[in-house]
Order: sequence, then C-alpha cells, then structure tokens
Amino acid sequence: MSGSEKINVKVSKIVLLNDLVTRFEFKRIDGELFPTFSGGAHTIVEMKDGGITRRNPYSLMSDPMDQHSYAISVRRDDEGRGGSLFMHNNVKVSDDMVLSYPVNLFSLDLRAKKHLMIAGGIGITPFMAQIKQLDRSHGNWELHYSARSPSLSAYADDLVSMHPNDVHMYYDSENKSIDLENLLDGQPLGTHLYICGPKGMIDWAVGQAVNLGWPNEVIHYEEFLAPKPGKPFQVMLSASNKLVSVGETESLLEAIEREGVDAPYLCRGGACGQCETVVIEAEGEFIHMDHWLEDKEKLSRKKIMPCVSRFDGKTLVLDR
Amino acid sequence: MSNFSFPESIKSRPTYARLEPRAGKSYLFVADAEGAEAIIDLASNDKSLMSKSHVIYIPKNTGKKYTLQLEKLNINQLYIGPSYSAAQSRLRHTLVSSHMGLQLYLSGTEGLIGQAQRDAMVAGIPHTAIQSEHRGSIGRRMQCVHCKGITEDVDIDPYVCSHCGLSLFVRDHYSRRLAAFQGVCIDAEEPGNIPTAVELYK
Repeated sequence: MSGSEKINVKVSKIVLLNDLVTRFEFKRIDGELFPTFSGGAHTIVEMKDGGITRRNPYSLMSDPMDQHSYAISVRRDDEGRGGSLFMHNNVKVSDDMVLSYPVNLFSLDLRAKKHLMIAGGIGITPFMAQIKQLDRSHGNWELHYSARSPSLSAYADDLVSMHPNDVHMYYDSENKSIDLENLLDGQPLGTHLYICGPKGMIDWAVGQAVNLGWPNEVIHYEEFLAPKPGKPFQVMLSASNKLVSVGETESLLEAIEREGVDAPYLCRGGACGQCETVVIEAEGEFIHMDHWLEDKEKLSRKKIMPCVSRFDGKTLVLDR
Repeated sequence: MSNFSFPESIKSRPTYARLEPRAGKSYLFVADAEGAEAIIDLASNDKSLMSKSHVIYIPKNTGKKYTLQLEKLNINQLYIGPSYSAAQSRLRHTLVSSHMGLQLYLSGTEGLIGQAQRDAMVAGIPHTAIQSEHRGSIGRRMQCVHCKGITEDVDIDPYVCSHCGLSLFVRDHYSRRLAAFQGVCIDAEEPGNIPTAVELYK
C-alpha cells in the first residue's frame, strides 16, 4: 500500500476557532499511543466523501510529544475542490477516520542558533507544533505572524499571551505588514528562516533573504499546493494496462487510485517527490504545478508529478 | 599560478572551486600563504568588495611576499598573524558577533581551510555555504587514528605520526569535525614492512 502507515482514529473534539478555521482532534480507536512526531510534520487525512476517497495533507499542530491525541486545523476553502468543505460540513464528533503516520517535509534544523518564523494566515499551523517542540528544548525562536484581521487570526491570542516577547502580530485590517528587510538585517549568524503561508509571501521572503546574502541552506518553506482543477483528460497507464479518465476536479493521482492502481505518494502537494512518474509518450501540453521537478526536467517531457500536475492534449502514456 | 587540481577521489575528500563575489552584507576572508593570491584575484574583479571586508591572513613561509600586496588593497580590516591558533580567537569572536548576510571566503592550504570551516560551522554557517579555494602547498592536516594526534602539512605518504611515531598511510578519508584527513598504520599486519615514503601527487 502506498503512502505511509495508517492509523484508525475517532474524531474526539471539534472546535470552531473563527469564521474560517476549525480544529479537529483525534484519538486512536485501538487505544494505543500515537507516534511522537517532529514539529512541521503533516498527516494525510482520508475522507470518504460519497463514492470518492479524498486524501488531503494537514499540518499536525498538537504538541509533538503528546501521544494521546493529534490535532489539525482546517481552513475552509469555498473555492477549493471540496476537502476542507467536507471536513467543515460533514465531519462530526465520534466519526471514524483514517490518518497517515506523520511525515515531515518542513522540519526544524536543530543546528540553527535561532529560528526565525514567518507565518501567513493558516500557515501558522506547523509553527504551533514547532514552537511547542522548541519550548521544551529551550530553543531560541521568534514568530512573525501576519493575518487578515484579529478575528481571523487563529491561535494569535494564545500565542501572544504565552510568548509575549517572541510573537509579533501583523494585521492587514490595521495596515500592518512585516518589515522584512529590517527584520532580516541584523539577525545573528546561524539564524534559520522558516516561512509558511501563501505562495506570494514565500516568494517574497525567500527573495529578500537571498538578496541579503542568506544561504539557501538556512531558508525553509512549506507550501501545500492543492491540486488545481482543470480540463478533463485521458491517460493510459502502461504497466497496469488501463485507460483512465481524469475528471475536472480530481487530480491525476486520485484518478489513478480510483481505478485501483496503487501509485506511490507521500505529501500529495507537489513537494516530496514520492509520486514522480515516468512519461512514456506524450502528445500535448504538460501543466506542471509541483515544486519538485527541476525546470530542465519539466521541459524534458519525461516526468510528471501526478499529485498536482495535469495534461492537456491527445495522448499521455505513463509507466504506471 | 598556485592552483593544483586534485584528482577525483572518494566522496569524503573535500573539493575546491574559485572564489566568486556573492551578494552579502559583510565579508570575511581567512587565508594562509599563497591563499592571498585568491583574495588579490577576487579584489581585482570587484574593487568595492575589499572596503567591506575583514581579512585574517597567515603568511606561513611566504614572508612579506603577499602582505605588501594585501596592504595596498584598501581592506577595511586586515590582520596578519603568525599561525592559525594565534588567529583563532579573533576568528571566533568575529563569527560570534557577525550577522546573517556574512559571506565567508577561505583560501590557501587544506589545513587552514578545514580549520576555519570547522570554526564557521560551529558558529552556525552551513559548510556548503562557505566558499573555499585551495592555493599553494598540497600538504594536509592529518589525524593519527590510533593516538588521535594531529600532524600538520603532511606531504609524503606514508608519514611518521609526530605524536606516537607510527608510520601512517595517508588516506583521502576526511573529517569535517576534526578538520583532518585520517592516517592509518601502514605496517599493522607485517610490522616493519614500511614502503619508502613518496611525495603526495607525484
């Protein structure tokens, strides 16, 4: 079976945090302990939505050392493909669900002398776990958290009251934004930068840091790409000998799974590289959406990441 | 020209490139002997760089050959010292009080590059973010794996450990933590059967 190991859980608590964000807490059905994880890890939540199985990644935001429950916070996306809406509208306390073992593609580099965190909106979630981890080891950290307004800033009150000197809030509604250039300038040698938020924020922060001479090795970011809907297309799976139709709102990976083909995956967000698939034949345009393949590989037309990328054309044959 | 291109070897063996200007807020150079040439070359490509730079230079056996040239480069802060250990407290202090955006350039012998890299790593710079260019002697800093003693500037193979006296085979196996290559007893299986020492890379 692809992906990491699975854990059967029951929804133990649902907390509405604001108009858009809801926290879901889970307990194991078998009564065993959850594995500990490292701050920044995510879990893949399986949702049985009628006939389709959705598998969406969410950052674990509970205490990484708490083995009794896991928690995620989900932002409702009314324009998305329906995963977050399903969580908000259909999931009830005591429902059975399936989570994957934690996978971390956004871990702290513990060689850092200081951890400088930049969060935008729901991008706060991985930092919730990282801050708990760093607190336990008396780590040196600082969080700069930007949100639309005080009423839409999940966990801001808790963070500020627990860490008044380390948490800095910025609200669009108050016309306050992160003065990044001055923030980066003067950070002690050995500082690592972590960014989680919308793509624009990640590009901006990474660009500023690189311009100021920060090495790539100390710049960490996480952006989950939700697979974007697109024109339906057909794909031939050569090893399984199956012709699969990919619908408008499903991803190529989801269509492959729907046909019962066990394809590898881990993050389902274009970041980890697990689902990389060899293209045998292609006549048409690739719509590469991942940030795993190098530009050169994308141009080579020999590889595709089916978790987020699509195809528009006559023929696509994959080695799967 | 004092460049030497080391033949391809095991992965552990450090490799070097030419120093290149990179965007940054401040610049720190650590060099010994012919390593000064790499600084002089870089300064001739980018005239403004030196006025923002701190240079720590150890002439070793080159006397005043390079110090006079360095003094003419309009370097913001130039320190010339007798040995790496004499310069080490200055380097460590400079690193601890530096900020992100510092670019570190190392040039000269492998012993100098390795030790400065180690101090920089301890200060929090990823080793892959440090530029280093080998110049001058191919002598290397060796650790005897048996007594752990360090012998500097080894340019023959096998060599005699300056601490325990064993004859050691010069390996390319390198430790960033120790800033040294590993020397292994060459006559362990047949005591006394020690090949004649040859110059490295000859």
